[in-house]
Amino acid sequence: MSQLKPPGLLAVAWMIARKDLAIEYRTRSAFFSSLVFSLLGVSIFYMVWDPTAVRPIDMAPGVLWTIFAFAGMLGLHRTFGLELQTRAMDGLLLAPVPREAIFLGKALANLVYVSSVLAITIPAVVLFYNLEFGSGLLILGGIGLLAAIGLVSVGTLFSSMTVHTRFAELLLPMLALPFFIPVVVPAAQASAKLLVGAELQTVLPWIQVLVAFDLMFGVACVLAFPFTIED
Amino acid sequence: MSSASAAVAPAPKPVAVCETVALVRRFGRRRAVAGVDLSIAAGECLALFGPNGAGKTTLLRLLAGLLRPTSGEVRLLGTPLTSAAAAERGRVGLISHQSMLYDVLTVEENVAFAARLHGVPDVGSATAAAIARLGLQGRELTPVRALSRGWQQRVSIARAIVHGPALLLLDEPYTGLDVSGARALTDLLRSLRDDGSSLALITHSVQEGLGLATHAAIMLEGTIRRYEPASGLDPVEFAEAYRLLALESAA
Repeated sequence: MSQLKPPGLLAVAWMIARKDLAIEYRTRSAFFSSLVFSLLGVSIFYMVWDPTAVRPIDMAPGVLWTIFAFAGMLGLHRTFGLELQTRAMDGLLLAPVPREAIFLGKALANLVYVSSVLAITIPAVVLFYNLEFGSGLLILGGIGLLAAIGLVSVGTLFSSMTVHTRFAELLLPMLALPFFIPVVVPAAQASAKLLVGAELQTVLPWIQVLVAFDLMFGVACVLAFPFTIED
Repeated sequence: MSSASAAVAPAPKPVAVCETVALVRRFGRRRAVAGVDLSIAAGECLALFGPNGAGKTTLLRLLAGLLRPTSGEVRLLGTPLTSAAAAERGRVGLISHQSMLYDVLTVEENVAFAARLHGVPDVGSATAAAIARLGLQGRELTPVRALSRGWQQRVSIARAIVHGPALLLLDEPYTGLDVSGARALTDLLRSLRDDGSSLALITHSVQEGLGLATHAAIMLEGTIRRYEPASGLDPVEFAEAYRLLALESAA
């Protein structure tokens, strides 16, 4: 078979993302564990909240983005874990595909999964804290997407770095959580401003921080990934 | 050039599909592969014997490009593996101890995924052909986790050959196969070899290995201690020589 045509970067990324999403759809393990964690987190924060001491608009953004960071983390370990169970990763590395495409495929699948969890968590927080975003809800969705891109870029890279270690489930949060701070802080600040009905211009600087983080860490993680899988 | 002068010209040396030059791989202070020179031409099958820890699997992973050599070089179709084009690197197939399959996906999905990754033009036909070659018809839609170890091994082999590799690396491929599965695998490997594919086979069974091989080698402590054409080799004598070398090495 001499007429093999190695697929391009985006084609491979899409193949890998589709494969990972098909596996997640059939097992639903990462999605459901993150979703249950999110909803439990929102409930617990709601139960310990004293509405006479703290206003909901002061409480809700912190709750939403803290839960987002921890819930997102839950599924990230699985990203490369499922490739190691039967050394399926060797199959990916043997194929004539750019290593960067493996990262992009994994990150894309994670983005879908994290965004899906966020799409349920945001309405849950809105309901529990009786918030009124109005048209700001769309902007909040956009902020969520930007935050998710930052989280999965860093999280996917660290998942690849830690998966071979004995304490992967402990190491991943220890390494990744500090890098989530520049994602969580601007996302929470932007949401807080949206909640008080601030002008878009006052929200924009925080959105710019998120965009800058995504671009910088997105590119850095793609470039760093091949070094994490060298044996 | 006259036909006479052409007649006396030396026969061209067969192009090596895979070649190693002074190949060394260290893990810390231990040398798992300690200077291996090998050459496998098209249509050749090298059976590699050796006790556990001899460095056979490391050598195979070096040939596959899954490990970087500490020194020395692996050449695939004449090009150093590290600088080979993607299409050339993709002409290697590997069957390892582990299935390298996704348990949740079906037989067909696993094989088709490998075909797509390698850029096989007609994924459907190639997948169906590989599945048929391993006798997996009727199980296409079965998730891999629902199959026994032996059937999983067949899927693993289908995944490894779906792109028609020029070099097929096999690390104890008979593990988990029943008698009919083992016979089917031997027939398949023989037909691949006869079609011009090169094979490197690690096995502990001298009988199975010599039945397929064009060349046989014994590896001990990271080095090739014995290397010879398999034709005319007496399996009993070879097995005894292997046993003695292993004992000598252990001592």
